[in-house]
Amino acid sequence: MDAIVIQILNGLDKGGAYALIALGLTLAFGTLGIVNFAHGALFMMGAFCAVTVQKLLTISARVRDMSVTFFEAYKETPYLELWWGDTGTTIIEYSVPLSILIAIPVMALVGVVMERGLIRFFYKRTHAEQILVTFGLAIVIQEIIRHFFGANPIPQAIPEIVSGSANVGTMLGLSDTLVYPWWRLIYFCFATVVIGGVFAFLQYTTYGMVVRAGMADRDTVGLLGINIQRRFTIVFALAAVVAGLAGVMYTPVLPPDYHMGMDFLVLSFVVVVVGGMGSLPGAVAAGFLLGILQSFASMNEIKQFLPGIDQIIIYLVAVVIILVRPRGLMGRKGVMES
Amino acid sequence: MSDISRGKSGGVSRRSVLKAGAASGLVLATPTIFSSKAHAAGFRNDPGAAKSVTFGFNVPQTGAYADEGADELRAYKLAVKHINGEGDGGMLNTMKPLSLKGNGVLGKKVEYVTGDTQTKSDAARASAKRMIEKDGALMITGGSSSGVAVAVQGLCQEMGTIFMAGLTHSNDTTGKDKKRYGFRHFFNAYMSGAALGPVLEKEYGKERRAYHLTADYTWGWTQEESIKNTTEALGWQTVNTVRTPVGAGDFSQYITPVLNSGADVLILNHYGKDMINSLTQAVQFGLRDKQVNGKQFEIVVPLFSRLMAQGAGPNIKGILGTTNWNWSLTDAGSQAFVKSFGAEYGFPPSMAAHTCYVQALLYANACEMAGTFNPIPVIKALEGFKFDGMGNGATEYRASDHQCFKSVLVVRGNENPTSQFDLLDVVQEVPRSQVEYDPAIFGGELGPYEVAM
Repeated sequence: MDAIVIQILNGLDKGGAYALIALGLTLAFGTLGIVNFAHGALFMMGAFCAVTVQKLLTISARVRDMSVTFFEAYKETPYLELWWGDTGTTIIEYSVPLSILIAIPVMALVGVVMERGLIRFFYKRTHAEQILVTFGLAIVIQEIIRHFFGANPIPQAIPEIVSGSANVGTMLGLSDTLVYPWWRLIYFCFATVVIGGVFAFLQYTTYGMVVRAGMADRDTVGLLGINIQRRFTIVFALAAVVAGLAGVMYTPVLPPDYHMGMDFLVLSFVVVVVGGMGSLPGAVAAGFLLGILQSFASMNEIKQFLPGIDQIIIYLVAVVIILVRPRGLMGRKGVMES
Repeated sequence: MSDISRGKSGGVSRRSVLKAGAASGLVLATPTIFSSKAHAAGFRNDPGAAKSVTFGFNVPQTGAYADEGADELRAYKLAVKHINGEGDGGMLNTMKPLSLKGNGVLGKKVEYVTGDTQTKSDAARASAKRMIEKDGALMITGGSSSGVAVAVQGLCQEMGTIFMAGLTHSNDTTGKDKKRYGFRHFFNAYMSGAALGPVLEKEYGKERRAYHLTADYTWGWTQEESIKNTTEALGWQTVNTVRTPVGAGDFSQYITPVLNSGADVLILNHYGKDMINSLTQAVQFGLRDKQVNGKQFEIVVPLFSRLMAQGAGPNIKGILGTTNWNWSLTDAGSQAFVKSFGAEYGFPPSMAAHTCYVQALLYANACEMAGTFNPIPVIKALEGFKFDGMGNGATEYRASDHQCFKSVLVVRGNENPTSQFDLLDVVQEVPRSQVEYDPAIFGGELGPYEVAM
């Protein structure tokens, strides 16, 4: 039982990342009809918001280390620690949660600039052209990040209070040896809250209602005198923020590097296709489902019979679903069907 | 009408004159066309009368082993300084026997070019090739991955250029993939196993169940094999061996199956950032707090260094492993190097830095001993060379496989560090006799001295 619970938890935190990225992709596709291959780059930019904040908070002075006597040794000590002692250390520890505050406006701005500056010129172009231009944009963003931050992964600290593990077994009335890292549980909860927030926004606000109407019939909404284009720009910014936040919170799990967006992009497209193009609930459900499946596939009991299955399970499921149900799990009729 | 007007000259036709001219031209042009300066004097990149020679430092500046690569480059720069007679001389003051005079090599100043292996075999080969062909490097050295070392070593054998391997721990480098033009100062996985075995038995007993997570390339495979052989000889059972991709970042999908596998020891055959990530995540998943089979769960990292210990932070405390060298050693050679490196950079060198520094000095010294840069006499000078005063006690470059033999350190993550660098406790210095083996067990052929260029 413990083994099953641990794999479900592992699948949920991975699935949380897949779901958040796929949600943003689907939002952009559902509203603007854009197949955005730069969406992985938005996830990566979010992660680098966290890196930037950490770098700013840890600007350091080179201080002589008197504990080393054999030669003149130095220690990089952040100014925050020099000025404020333990308070400074705590602020640095909380750099990832603090980054969320920075990432929201930054990613919203990036989204607006990207949509107004480039994406809008490709609304009426073919999907192949959209893929080419957004893929090119992703490479440009990736290389800019590489230029400024280097090619190496940059580890991110997490607050001491959540650096250990939660005794999940005791909480669930199972074995008391069943533990799971706090941060991964937090990531899952965070993903759930963000997804819930996006759905609530689209479901329960007038703004969201108009966006949904626009997704269903853009021309009619336009004829009613509503500037649907401006709303869609904001939805694109929202998609960028969701991807960015997914990236920020994922940095303690996976030290970010310039390539991480590409690594997640392909998986996220598979998630979108499995969930159904244009279906927000489908993207979320498929994200979690594939995360859990991948996690179970990595169990020794399964790999014993199917070696390497953990590396291909997601693609295998995608092939089967597309064959059996070409529209995906919750795909809408007519989307990507000519 | 003369013969000439008919194209003849005393029995020699115009055609034959043209043929002779073309042939002469070809003969005269041959050195330029086919060999340029590279082959003119019988070996590649012969410096001739030039006032300087070039070494090629091929290290990972990006990728999972970039930290080691950065430290290797620092060490190489320091070695060049010392060879050229600058700075305090470092290990030139302690190395015995020493032929270097502190005025470069054979009176020529040493210069260097650098390349980024990216911890990828193809990138490393391309980088080494560029340094040899375009920059005129006489010798290539570096690397923090056995996959890279084996690939570059193969290239160097083809090109007739000596390769002084940096940090490479796979048995294959001086085993089945050994090459006449390749030399390794660093120890290997077999030696780690032989040194670590008795300590593991003493600390954890004979009845243990081990689970291996292994980096999926030549180094990981041979380390897994060597440690598995050692622990099974102790009486331990191997529950599972799982291969993980290099640079995986998130190891959770490999760690969660360990939790309920019945294993009570996790052996991490990972290095560099991979080891930092896998160890940190193993600790986060509560492995070190677990009791399994009535025993405390233990983690073993067969190969680790101070740089990794620094990255892993408190998670490394109490963990056993082996290392080629540690800055805390008190012999004269180690102290001279640490002092020199520390004064230059403000922190002590890693074992990667140490092995690279020593390799650069050994090559330069061998050229001086041979009295030439011609690789064949230099190889012969290195084969069977016995030396001391370079941090590992009496050491020998075994002629039959180009592997250095010396003592091996078993270390433990320091529970009570006295400084930011005091991260490893030396548990035992295992003598050469305990880690030595018959070169035939790994097979392979060194190959010829003479290579077609």
